[in-house]
Amino acid sequence: MIRLVPRTETSAFWQIATPVMAVAATMLAGGLLFAIMGYDPVSAIRTIFWDPLFGPAAGYSRQQLLVKAAPLILIASGLAVGFRAGIWNIGAEGQYIIGAITGAAVALAAYPAPEMWIFPAMVVAGALGGWAWGMIPALLRNWFGASEILVSLMLVYVAQRIAAWMAFGPMKNPEGFGMPGSRNLQQYPAASNPELIAGTGAHWGVVAAAAAVLATWFLMSRHIRGFHIRAAGTAPRAARFAGVKPETLVAFCLGLSGALAGMAGLFEVAGPAGQITDKVGVGYGFTAIIVAFLGRLHPVGILLAGLLLALTYIGGELAQLTMNLPAATVQVFQGMLLFFLLGFDLLTRYRLTRRVTA
Amino acid sequence: MTDAAVFQARGIGKSYPGVRANDDVSFTVAPGEIHALLGENGAGKSTLVKMIYGLVRPDEGDMTLNGQPHQPADPRAARAAGVAMVFQHFSLFDALTVAENIALGMENPPPRRELSARIAQVSQDFGLPLNPARRIVTLSAGERQRVEIIRCLLQNPRLLIMDEPTSVLTPQEAELLFATLRKLAGHGTAILYISHKLEEIRTHCDRATILRHGRVVDSCDPREHSARTLAAMMVGGEMRPIDRSGRQAGEVLLQVKDLSLPAPTAEGTALKSVALTLRAGEILGIGGVAGNGQDELLSALSGEARSASGSILLEGADLSRLGPEARRTAGLLAAPEDRLGHAAVPDFSLTENTLLTAGARRHLVRKGLIDRPAARAFAQDVIRAFDVRTPGPGTAAKALSGGNLQKFVIGREVMQAPRVLVVNQPTWGVDAGASAAVRQSLLDLAGQGAGVIVISQDLDEILELSDRFCALNEGRLSAPVPTEGLTLDQIGLMLGGAHGMEVAHL
Ligand SMILES: Nc1ncnc2c1ncn2[C@@H]1O[C@H](COP(=O)(O)OP(=O)(O)OP(=O)(O)O)[C@@H](O)[C@H]1O
Ligand SMILES: [Mg+2]
Repeated sequence: MIRLVPRTETSAFWQIATPVMAVAATMLAGGLLFAIMGYDPVSAIRTIFWDPLFGPAAGYSRQQLLVKAAPLILIASGLAVGFRAGIWNIGAEGQYIIGAITGAAVALAAYPAPEMWIFPAMVVAGALGGWAWGMIPALLRNWFGASEILVSLMLVYVAQRIAAWMAFGPMKNPEGFGMPGSRNLQQYPAASNPELIAGTGAHWGVVAAAAAVLATWFLMSRHIRGFHIRAAGTAPRAARFAGVKPETLVAFCLGLSGALAGMAGLFEVAGPAGQITDKVGVGYGFTAIIVAFLGRLHPVGILLAGLLLALTYIGGELAQLTMNLPAATVQVFQGMLLFFLLGFDLLTRYRLTRRVTA
Repeated sequence: MTDAAVFQARGIGKSYPGVRANDDVSFTVAPGEIHALLGENGAGKSTLVKMIYGLVRPDEGDMTLNGQPHQPADPRAARAAGVAMVFQHFSLFDALTVAENIALGMENPPPRRELSARIAQVSQDFGLPLNPARRIVTLSAGERQRVEIIRCLLQNPRLLIMDEPTSVLTPQEAELLFATLRKLAGHGTAILYISHKLEEIRTHCDRATILRHGRVVDSCDPREHSARTLAAMMVGGEMRPIDRSGRQAGEVLLQVKDLSLPAPTAEGTALKSVALTLRAGEILGIGGVAGNGQDELLSALSGEARSASGSILLEGADLSRLGPEARRTAGLLAAPEDRLGHAAVPDFSLTENTLLTAGARRHLVRKGLIDRPAARAFAQDVIRAFDVRTPGPGTAAKALSGGNLQKFVIGREVMQAPRVLVVNQPTWGVDAGASAAVRQSLLDLAGQGAGVIVISQDLDEILELSDRFCALNEGRLSAPVPTEGLTLDQIGLMLGGAHGMEVAHL
């Protein structure tokens, strides 16, 4: 029998090395998988990881990189703060959806007013919606000890039902010829989230993501609240001795990550997506969990990991178009990435030994 | 002698960044021998035994066990070779029961019921009462140590290593432990014993190897030397006697009235109408066997647990509903017993660990922003004033030797100039010289007009420090008596007399 024995000394080197190794292993295993499926592994990997940046169609896909990375980074920044404290918000997808809905609601209620305040109000409403959705698991945990992992996850499905109801009911576009889905906010200037610099894909969500990276870095390394979060994650008793109330931290972390996810949802619905449909949630909230871990819960790492996972989205689509790879490729890649990361992490903290039968 | 040795080390060396923890260490342990390892905090004792137990790989040198080369790749290999170890810091899983923890450490654990029976058997044979079904989180430090000891005894080791096992035991419990060790030694088991309690080593150990700065400086029969000369060998100099003078009881600082708290966990201890008064310049000693409410009393005073309003007054102000931060600001500070994970965050640097308690009083945090240079400077001050042996304030708390971290934790509180300081086991695992320094710092603090409460299981410590003494028994605090003229026997009676060792209720 094989068993795991904790290593006595772990080094900072592996903190950085394992994500890199995980990416390499994902490419290898992915290539192997493609080869078995009968595709040319080298060109498949190149199509996914290289062509979006430097290939013939790179001009278009490079813009997409920021569009896709922004929500991932925004959400992951918030999640990582909670993860550092051992508070596991798995339901960012739900908070993202609710934020999109509450943000869009402001725009739809104001339509067609042209005032300047509308877009900022939408951002605030989106953040508040995500925050409120995040507070549900927080309060249930604080009041009844319910697991925030399960509650936040289950609320994703509730949020999806609400989105479907909105798209087919209250928010349906009255001028939409009976088609499900709200008005398209891209066509409502006061409410839209346009590309700020032509040709870059950068919209307000990109700005917010950059701000979130800076702000969470500041919080975690310069602010006492961040210090308490880190302390609570590795030594809860010491944190309590310092004066940290666990309930406050739970509410803070779930509220913060919910608000950022809600904002990400709003930027998406007012920008690239354009409207509330029953498919507002496209999985950013789940992928952001991978981004947070691949980025070692560190703001700079999250920035890089967010760009990398955005690349797998774009590259996967490209491979689907040019090589007829199946649509599930992206998910397979993201899954493998998480799998290898957790695997290598385990091996840096433990050694495998064979058990000798006594 | 050499060929009959159970264990032999030759030229062992080990370096850490900035520290030579062991240097050319050679010694021999004979069968049936209780062999003491002596040395100051940071002398390299724990490092040495961790190498024998396979937790740390030596940089150079070699070891033999029962005449065979001994190069354990991990603790499992060491255990298979017949080495067992009780750690200075516990290695137990809080959420699991005693039996589950013991099973985890075994190669082929027997069925749970059989294991529980064996645990009960061993704990009875060796007079170490323990209920296999209790969860670790509910045990006091003393009881946790007992779990570790029993875990080792179940292994029938050839060489048993104990790293400061008695630092949390009462004298009675320690006597029992030594009876246990004698029995084991009688069967030929060799015992390697680390302790800072020189009297205990003088009465019970057959040989002593003395380390200083990682090197063996002497080897002797401890029975032929006084505690004083042993200490001098460790330090390489003379020790200064403690100075109790220059203190006068002033106005009342802290009043605790009718403080009652339910037990925090099923097996914790409830506090029952605890009352005490502490004056400026006074040191109040609180003695008792582990698990009688020491942790709970400290939590109630530090603010980790809140009590009914009006139960805790500092200079007339009611603090009972306030949290730890507000109490620190008001001047009530505390240092808990468990330094790794409670008083300090193991993974954080010493600089960061100052932020745990000194943020407000030392202005290390302003408007929520951390002033890192200030924190670093304060850590540096504590290191210097309390002679903490470490490469610098950037070192992680867990990389410090046990006694040195203890000095840091106490120093961090003392140097914040508290109005009232509450400490639990302030010199747990601190060497004789440094203990004297820590105790002196508490006396000096009181000399400057602060009030100090010393919770300790070390009665000598209490007698040495305190002006008045209370006994804590099953969550009840006795009325104080002046320590002037009090004898150890009288204190023993106050603690519940002869049944002192049974108090850890089964
Ligand atoms: N993991 C580590 N990383 C860096 N330095 C370490 C580590 N472990 C121990 N040291 C250093 O090695 C030296 C010896 O430490 P060790 O724990 O062996 O001392 P000790 O004799 O057991 O002291 P104490 O009586 O305080 O327990 C110390 O200076 C300590 O700071
Ligand atoms: Mg030690």
